[in-house]
Amino acid sequence: MSALLEVRDLAVAIGNRAVVDGVSFDLAAGETFALLGESGCGKSLTALALMRLLPMVAKITHGHVDFDGQALFSLPESRMRMLRGGGMATIFQEPATSLNPVMTIGDQIGEVLNLHGARSGAGGAVELLEAVGIPDPERRAGEFPFQLSGGMKQRAMIAMALAGEPKLLIADEPTTALDVTIQAQVLDLLKDLQRRRGMALLLITHDLGVAARMADRVGVMHAGQLVEVSDTKKFFRGPAHPYSQRLFASLPENLPRPPDIGGAAGELLAVEDLAVHFPIRRGLLRRTVGHVRAVDGVSLKVSRGRTLAIVGESGCGKTTAGKAILQLITPTAGRVRLDGRDLVALAPRDVQMVFQDPFGSLNPRLRVGDIIAEGMRALGVPADAGAIGDLLAQVGLEAGMASRYPHEFSGGQRQRIAIARALAVNPRLVICDEPTSALDVSVQAQIIALLRDLQARRGLAYLFITHNISVVDYLAHDVAVMYLGRIVEQGSVDEVLRGARHPYTQALLAAVPRIDGSSGERLLVPGDPPSPARPPPGCHFHPRCPKAMERCRAVYPGVSTLAGTHRLRCHLYS
Amino acid sequence: MKPVILWSDALFFLLIAVMIAGAWWGRRQAHLRAGWARVFATRRSKIAVAVLAVFLAIGLVDSLHYRRQLPPEPGKPPAYAVEVLSALDALLMPLKTNTEKTYSEPLATHLFAKETLEDGERAFPPLKYPGSHLFGTDKVGQDVLYLTLKSIRTGLLIGTLTTLIMLPAAVLLGIVAGYVGGWVDDVIQYLYTTLNSIPGVLLIAAAVLMMQVVIDTHPDWFATAAERADARLLALCAILGITSWTGLCRLLRGETLKLREMEYVQAARAFGVGPLAIMLRHILPNLMHIVLIALVMDFSGLVLAEAVLSYVGIGVDPNTISFGTMINAARLELAREPMVWWSLAAAFTFMFVLVLAANLFADAVRDAFDPRAA
Repeated sequence: MSALLEVRDLAVAIGNRAVVDGVSFDLAAGETFALLGESGCGKSLTALALMRLLPMVAKITHGHVDFDGQALFSLPESRMRMLRGGGMATIFQEPATSLNPVMTIGDQIGEVLNLHGARSGAGGAVELLEAVGIPDPERRAGEFPFQLSGGMKQRAMIAMALAGEPKLLIADEPTTALDVTIQAQVLDLLKDLQRRRGMALLLITHDLGVAARMADRVGVMHAGQLVEVSDTKKFFRGPAHPYSQRLFASLPENLPRPPDIGGAAGELLAVEDLAVHFPIRRGLLRRTVGHVRAVDGVSLKVSRGRTLAIVGESGCGKTTAGKAILQLITPTAGRVRLDGRDLVALAPRDVQMVFQDPFGSLNPRLRVGDIIAEGMRALGVPADAGAIGDLLAQVGLEAGMASRYPHEFSGGQRQRIAIARALAVNPRLVICDEPTSALDVSVQAQIIALLRDLQARRGLAYLFITHNISVVDYLAHDVAVMYLGRIVEQGSVDEVLRGARHPYTQALLAAVPRIDGSSGERLLVPGDPPSPARPPPGCHFHPRCPKAMERCRAVYPGVSTLAGTHRLRCHLYS
Repeated sequence: MKPVILWSDALFFLLIAVMIAGAWWGRRQAHLRAGWARVFATRRSKIAVAVLAVFLAIGLVDSLHYRRQLPPEPGKPPAYAVEVLSALDALLMPLKTNTEKTYSEPLATHLFAKETLEDGERAFPPLKYPGSHLFGTDKVGQDVLYLTLKSIRTGLLIGTLTTLIMLPAAVLLGIVAGYVGGWVDDVIQYLYTTLNSIPGVLLIAAAVLMMQVVIDTHPDWFATAAERADARLLALCAILGITSWTGLCRLLRGETLKLREMEYVQAARAFGVGPLAIMLRHILPNLMHIVLIALVMDFSGLVLAEAVLSYVGIGVDPNTISFGTMINAARLELAREPMVWWSLAAAFTFMFVLVLAANLFADAVRDAFDPRAA
């Protein structure tokens, strides 16, 4: 089988720095090749170089790319334009920004169809939308991107990419911005389309699980170089390169489990029936016409020195719940008590928060020392240089870094600073809002290790909010699964992750791409999560639930307790 | 000689004093000193600062006003001239007094227009001071270089005083509206939308005319014509300041709305840091680049606004020498045949150099204090 794409010794430089350095690989028709690597390793630039769409500052310094018998780098721009979309097409990471918000989906697909002349306008667009599994394609073709959910937008992007009937599809992190259940749907769709159309797929991803599930062959990139190219099965049985081995070692699956310190440590935080409803205002007089029930009656308990993880997909209200517990958002109803006292009346000293985005959570205009000292001064903790140096040392940084600005640090280091800031006021509970989701796997492993180390040393309790269920096992003692503002299942890690009963939890667990490759039977939930402004009647999950019964459509299930601390809300068990 | 301190002089000196005090305080802060060292690191910003310093020095010297003592008459207390001069006038004495009859081209030896000489012949009469007028002379024979140098003080005053009036209002109201929200936001938005919906020139015209009436009905308030002109200049600055804060305020409100949701602001709130401290420590420093850019843009805009207002007749006092009055006069000069171009060219050159230097300096300051770029 001759290769469709032949990349030889490709090198890209930004200024004098080589960011892609001698990359060579082949891709045959119908084959999937995954470029795997952490952020900044040059995998996206490699893809852009193939399309000759590099940003202005980057230059191809040498190398040779053959696509379908043509030398790409010697083609004139006009031929290259026909090739983009017609011969090779791209799907980008962020579906929200890759579609033009003021054009209908049908028009946008039609534009590509007209350019590459595969089929005629409107009918072709509908056909393509149907092919990517969008229900009711005639109506959707006339809609604007904002009317579509994230998963549907990504499907529409795929439809656009298919419009020119490309031979090669380049997918640059196609599912990173999507929830796991949606990611599973999109990955299955890509695989199915590839099989039917015989396309080659160049998949760019940082997620080992996605690569294991999709690829025939895997290439690992590190610092601009392709350090290992291998057959998928062989690669996941035993990676050869030390860097690949390090990647595997830092996967949460391969981290040691947290020691169980016993459940009887005493209750620290008790949340009862917490609710946050945002009013929807319409019209000239801004009258309230409804409510977004972001958090709708959440009750949970965190014990001293233990970690409770709240797991859920985006929009399920988990972050809002965390902020409402900290009173950053005023709850509509419910009580939050710390050690039996109402948190509203307390100084914010005992509870602190670590935020998701380490780039947004540190004021770029303040020096690290000032950032850490701010909370200490506000709460009357003595903030001298020695104390700040100690804190920095505790999170694995140097005391001398206090006089630097945040931009001088990497994402992982910034997250350490954010942790030091939270610890500065000696809290007993730290709410961690997706503290690792903006970080690379290897850095994620370090931060999780740091959090666990600090827990052991200081007896901290964590409320760990995450969408990444694979992290939970290695950090948390207890888990609560949220869906549309309510907790649907909670219990200890063993009870929930290994004995999941709620169909949603089961689907969530099944949707996580595992590195052991294709797990045989997969429970794929169809559709998108409903809007919290108009939750479906009865059980919120019933429109997507494979086991939905008549009763699920009418009544929201009450809490049923299984063995031990395992509780869930599902009619199957009541 | 009797010193005269006009109101605008006092404000100008106060401004300089605040700047010096700020610089003296800033020298002790290590990170500020490092920032300013970066400002002066490039040749471009050094030149810009040098040019600005020259302009500032001219403005400063021009702000030292005095009245000359008239020749003493025996048995009478010393009397002083009505005309208020400045130290700059004294320095430029030959330029100020070397006037011609009317227009002459730069460095010309003869007048610009033919005249009937005494012998009945029509010719270009020779100048009294041939070859000494670098930028030529204007309609009444005043040296244009002298006029441009005198205009610098007016331009600087209008640019800086107006900004000083406008800036606190724009920054304070913009940040408060964006951060506090609710009815406070509604009130502030209502205020600037209302102010914005009144045509600016109309509002300024009404205010300046009212001010003029006040000045005219109280001639006893002002000892000299210069003091009267100065009062009008200050009033103009105040009016321009009151009408021009809305744009920046709206910009800052929008940016604050964005910054308010940043996680570092939420982190500060989680520590129980008060709203005032958050606005000062977290919002304001992250808005400074916008403020700085708007400031420099407004500075040039205000100098131009003065020209427009002088054109309508509601600008500075007609006796005050300013870029605006020069540009206004150039309107008729350009309509002449042959055209008189040099006073406009001189005003343009000086304004251009001033605004360009201010822009380059502001750029350098913004870059030096942006922690991401440093």
